[in-house]
This record gives sequence, structure tokens and C-alpha cells, in this order.
Amino acid sequence: MTSREPVITVQNLVKRFGSFVANDNLNFEVYAGEIFGFLGANGAGKTTALRILSGLSAPTSGKVMVAGVDAGRNPERIKRNIGYMCQRFSLYEDLTVTENITLYGGIYGMKRNEIRGKTAALLERLQFGAYGNTLISALPLGLRQKLAFAVAVLHQPKIVFLDEPTGGVDPITRRQFWEMIYETAAGGITVFVTTHYMDEAEYCDRVSIMSEGKIVALDTPAALKKQYGVSSVEEVFVKIARPGQQLIP
Amino acid sequence: MEPSRRACPEKQSFSHMQPVVQALGIGKSFGTTVALRDISFEVLPGEVFGFIGPDGAGKTTLFRIITTLLLPDAGEIQVMGFDVRRDYRGIRKNIGYMPGRFSLYMDLTVEENLRFYATVFGTTVEENYDLIRDIYSQIEPFKHRMAGKLSGGMKQKLALSCALIHKPSLLILDEPTTGVDAVSRAEFWEMLKKLKAHNITIVVSTPYMDEATRCDRVALIQNGRIFSVDTPDHITAGFSRPLLQVKSASKHLLMNALKKYPGTLSVWPFGEYVHLTLRDVLPEEPLPRFLERHGIRDATLMEAKPGIEDRFLELMSGAEPVPEYRKEVNDDQP
Repeated sequence: MTSREPVITVQNLVKRFGSFVANDNLNFEVYAGEIFGFLGANGAGKTTALRILSGLSAPTSGKVMVAGVDAGRNPERIKRNIGYMCQRFSLYEDLTVTENITLYGGIYGMKRNEIRGKTAALLERLQFGAYGNTLISALPLGLRQKLAFAVAVLHQPKIVFLDEPTGGVDPITRRQFWEMIYETAAGGITVFVTTHYMDEAEYCDRVSIMSEGKIVALDTPAALKKQYGVSSVEEVFVKIARPGQQLIP
Repeated sequence: MEPSRRACPEKQSFSHMQPVVQALGIGKSFGTTVALRDISFEVLPGEVFGFIGPDGAGKTTLFRIITTLLLPDAGEIQVMGFDVRRDYRGIRKNIGYMPGRFSLYMDLTVEENLRFYATVFGTTVEENYDLIRDIYSQIEPFKHRMAGKLSGGMKQKLALSCALIHKPSLLILDEPTTGVDAVSRAEFWEMLKKLKAHNITIVVSTPYMDEATRCDRVALIQNGRIFSVDTPDHITAGFSRPLLQVKSASKHLLMNALKKYPGTLSVWPFGEYVHLTLRDVLPEEPLPRFLERHGIRDATLMEAKPGIEDRFLELMSGAEPVPEYRKEVNDDQP
């Protein structure tokens, strides 16, 4: 359920690397419990913005509030209030399922018996009962991704950032993953997700599209499609995501 | 060896009647892991043939077998009439291969990479420039830049140019669009379409279901097995049940309720909708009333046109993978 209470507020965010402007005056809000899709072409500046929002990098100027914390002043405190998962690396492959859960619970500052209780509940919910002592390296990719997501929200953060979480997984697992996202958002956790699958953008409550460091569109998928008179977010994206380049005729 | 298998060892060129790739019963294991089982398919001259499947399905292993970099444990495979075991040299000369990663030398410039590949195949850039003109001209302004300093889309164009520079009759592309944004992906498929006009047969793999419709024919591959080989339209037409799309502001509640409805056969989230198929025999309580009883009052139901992904989901959920899903769905069913 989304409300109109912002959990992320970005005002005039600028990030420069030397003379290169990676984020050029970004302004947007993300609401509590919302599924927010963060789209853009390769090199548009998504990763830079994502790193600032998750406290890994400081803005050059502008104001960024994440879960009530000022990202410019107190990036460390942001990390306690968020979960993060990316496609490439999230779980330690040479640890078992249970060991990974325990490790992340500890990193997120959870108490030992709290972790134990959550671990049992998590394994039950994912129907992972048989896998508790399995090494991550032996788990199929789809199961790994689901587990990585569950671990990223283990400590009930206010926001979870998912950076291309479903790359390369099969369509069934991809949908199970989105069901987990719905469930998480319904439980009040804001989900901030990047993806290259434009059909996945349609699962989001609202999406923003970045191009050359700027946000060039931000609305519900339905409203964007209506505005550009097309039938898919993919078509919207192709129209506006890379103004400098034309499709080869 | 049986005489029939030695049918034409001296063959140098293949006729148009013959498949470009002909695989029968290919199997490959690594230790106890079965990567490919009983894979059979034919690629016809001039077509764009796609292998669609997730990571770990066996696509790369299969491509390494086609390109003679790996030997199959079982089965027969001929590429342009050449046997992968006996006549691998003939195959290597006539194919262009773009592996998923690292086909470029990052510490050579754009131009040096291209010249290197031309030289390896005993030709020159000038000789076959016509074939790559459309693609290479886009990156030619940066020909003195190191390949390592190119953007993803530009690397992809250079890798494709390098794979084409010896004018192969078969082009093999292993996940060329993975990790590439939607605009670059669309551009890439446009380039492939143009290559077809040069009579180049293309075998391509992708994890993106939506790219299936860009191919002339596709094979759905999962867990080392091929589920279906056909044109995208025929595959989609295999979806024979009425399909409904349901919409509600609370998707999570909607999905849960639909899974509990005794008449539900399958339910999948699909963008802003949920795709639903129903059983032949329905319970007395109509779905709208059932949904209302479960607290969903804003649901809209409409008939939907099935897409290729609906059929893939149907094929895949009826087969062996992901047993845990079926358990979940059946929990509340009588």
C-alpha cells in the first residue's frame, strides 16, 4: 500500500566527477510502501544516484533525505535503515544458506536470538527447509536471488534497493521474485528497483527514466504510456532514454 | 564408425537444401552435472534461430559445442555439413562467434582489434568492409580508442564487426544483449535483421523472453533440455486456453486470493495485470464474488491476448523444473 508520505526526498541533487556531471539536478520523491522503478540507458547515471541514496557516495550538492536521514551528512546512518541487493554479488558462495542469513543479520545489528527466529521463518516461507546447510554455490541461480532478497529485508528496513535483481533468471522465478516484491511492499517496505527489463517496469507503481544525468520522465507506467501514446514502457523508453542517438533505420 | 555417418566427409560447401546446423541427441555432462540432455534441432539457411533460456540452461555449453570448442559426450552434430568431431577446421573457418564475454582485446584499439581478427582469418578489413560498414561506421570515429574504454553498446558493435570480418556464413552470438539497455538492444536486433540480407545464418541466445519474437524460429531451453522449437507465432498459438487479465490496486492481496480460488489453474503477475487461466469445471461461486469476499473490490477482469511468454510459462510449469512453485499453488486446492 502506498501513501503520500515520502521516504526518499531528493532536491537539486548534483554529482560531479571532475568536469563530468553524472547526476544533473535530480528532483524526486519516493513514497512509503511504493514500488519505484529506476530506469535509464547504460551510462545515464543510475548507479551514481543509487550509490548516493544508499550512503556509499556523497552528493556534490543538493539535499538527499533517505528514511529521515540526510545522505550528505550522515551516510552511515542510512545504511542501518536500508537493505541492498544486486545481481552480481549478494551472498557468500562458500557459506551455507543459514550461515549467510546469520552473517547478514549480524551485520545489520540484529540480536542473536532474533536472527535465529527470523532464519527459521525465512526458510519456512521460501520453502527452503531442505537447503539450510547447502552452500550457496550449490543453489540454482533463481533460488539464490530469492534468498538474497529475503536476506536484504531480514532486518525490516524502511527501504530496500534492488539493483537489477532478476537478470538472467527464468520467467517463472522472475514472477515469484515479483510476488516477493509485492508482499514486501504490502508489508510497508519501500522497494526501489533498477532493471533492464522494460516489461518489468510495468510491475512498478511509478517509474522514473534517466537520460544523460537527468530524470526525463517520472509517473505511473499507465500515465507514461498514455502521455507518449504507446502501449508499453519499452516504447516510452526507446523514445526518450537516449535523445542523442537515433535508431538505425 | 558406421558407413552412414561417414556420408560425405569430402563435402566443402553446403547446398541450400541442407540445414546449416543439424544436431541429434546431443548430451554433455561436467562431472555429475548434466549440462545438456538429448538436444536435437535444425537451423535452416538464412534464418535467425534463437535459443531462449535463463542462466544455467545450457546455452553457452551448446554454443561451445557448435563452435567446436567442446566435444559432446553423446549425439551427432553437423555444422554446414562438417562433423564437429572430425571436420572442426572446416567449421572454424566458416563461422563467426561472439562469445558472451571478452571477445575483444581491451588493450588494443578499436581498429587494431578489427585488423587482428581479419589477419587471423587470412583476410583484410578492406576486403569485407561492405559487410560491416553499417555497424563499424558508427564506432569508426573512435577507432584509435582502446577497446577497454568503450561503452557497452560500442563494445558490442565492435565485437560484432570482429565476428563478421571474415564474412562467415554462420554467425553465432552468445547472449549479445545481456546487460545492455533497451535502446541498445533494439539497435542490435536491427543490425541482425540487416545481416540476414547478406545471407548470413544467425544462431543467437538470450535470456530475454521478449526477444523471442525477433527470431524466425526459437528453441526454449531450460535445465539442459529443449522444450519447444517453432516460430514465435506458432509457439504462442500453442496457448489454447482462454486467458484473463485481472487488475487491482492491491496486487499482493489479489494474487493471494486468486491462488485460493478453486477454479484457478494458473496465476502469474504480468506487469500491471495478473494473468489468470481457469479450470474447465468452475466452482459455483463466480470469481468476482469470491474476490469481493476476500476484500478485493476494485478488481477488473478482461479477456487478454496470450503472448509468447504466457506459452513459455505454461510449458515450463507443466514440466519438471521448479517443483516448489506447484506445491505453493496447490496448497489451497481441493
